Amino acid sequence: MNLSTANIWLIIALLGLGTFLIRFSFLGLIGNRKMPAWVLRHLRYTPVALIPGLVAPLVLWPAATQGNPDPSRLAAAAVTILVGWYTKNIIAAVLAGAATLALAFWIT
Amino acid sequence: MSFSTTKSVFWKGVREGAPFIVVAIPFSMLFGVVATEAGLNVAEVMGFSVLVIAGAAQFAALHLMQENAPTIVVLATALAVNLRMAMYSASLTPHLGGAGFWQRALVAYFNVDQSYAMAMIEYEKNPQRSVTDKVAYFLGVVTPVAIAWYSFSLVGALVGSSIPGDIGLDFALPITFLALIGPMLKTLPHVFAAATSIIVALVLSGLPYGTGLLMAGLAAMIVGAEAERRLS
Repeated sequence: MNLSTANIWLIIALLGLGTFLIRFSFLGLIGNRKMPAWVLRHLRYTPVALIPGLVAPLVLWPAATQGNPDPSRLAAAAVTILVGWYTKNIIAAVLAGAATLALAFWIT
Repeated sequence: MSFSTTKSVFWKGVREGAPFIVVAIPFSMLFGVVATEAGLNVAEVMGFSVLVIAGAAQFAALHLMQENAPTIVVLATALAVNLRMAMYSASLTPHLGGAGFWQRALVAYFNVDQSYAMAMIEYEKNPQRSVTDKVAYFLGVVTPVAIAWYSFSLVGALVGSSIPGDIGLDFALPITFLALIGPMLKTLPHVFAAATSIIVALVLSGLPYGTGLLMAGLAAMIVGAEAERRLS
């Protein structure tokens, strides 16, 4: 890396500040003000609109297998979602998924 | 509302956030190792993990710094990776907007994927909680994650040797996110939104800097909201 110490710290400081401002944005500026119903209706779907899309490429094309779909990881993913959906228990879903992956690794 | 309930809500958050350390430990340790091998000293590694506290963006920045990309490119790329957090911020606002300035600032600093997703599931399950309790839960969830993040960034930087190879640890992150999806699928519009999110994210996965995910998020929010409006 050909960067000076000052340049590295400039990147760290500005990236830290920028990331904070992104995270603070709406929470900071809107605060307690009322938002219109249609905005609130869209915001209700934010978690379920982002988390599945965030994880889908990681499941289908894992970096650990050079982006090739892997039956063990796909099975673990399916079990995790099903147990999470059925029990609504996050820890149970994680454990079931991890156990499936361990089992699949042991078999193959 | 009393102090003792707020305290117990915080500890509930700590218990429910604890499983995420299985993600935070290998991920932060890997950052420490890779950043040290790239030539950063311990203080610089910890600068990233404490001031930025965003794994994917830290790796993106590090990668471009190694390629000697211009500083402005490093910043723009890593910040683009974090833009989804503006959506997190917006959707937390109906729940936490009433908190004091410094509490909102503290939540913003700790607004990472795991704390955000866990908090939203909890707020929708128990919407009647006071703002103080909602903040306490959020900070509870992120406490074990953040401690693991800081500590194992340091361990990675100091030890500097890699984590054992293919024992499936790479899949800890996907599994914890997948576990959150089930509890989010409460109604048919939620299911439509999730399906839209997955399809659009996969189709647009070739776009750089996580911009595909942003579009998937916007599309899925519109589908969910529109389905709710028509079905109700």
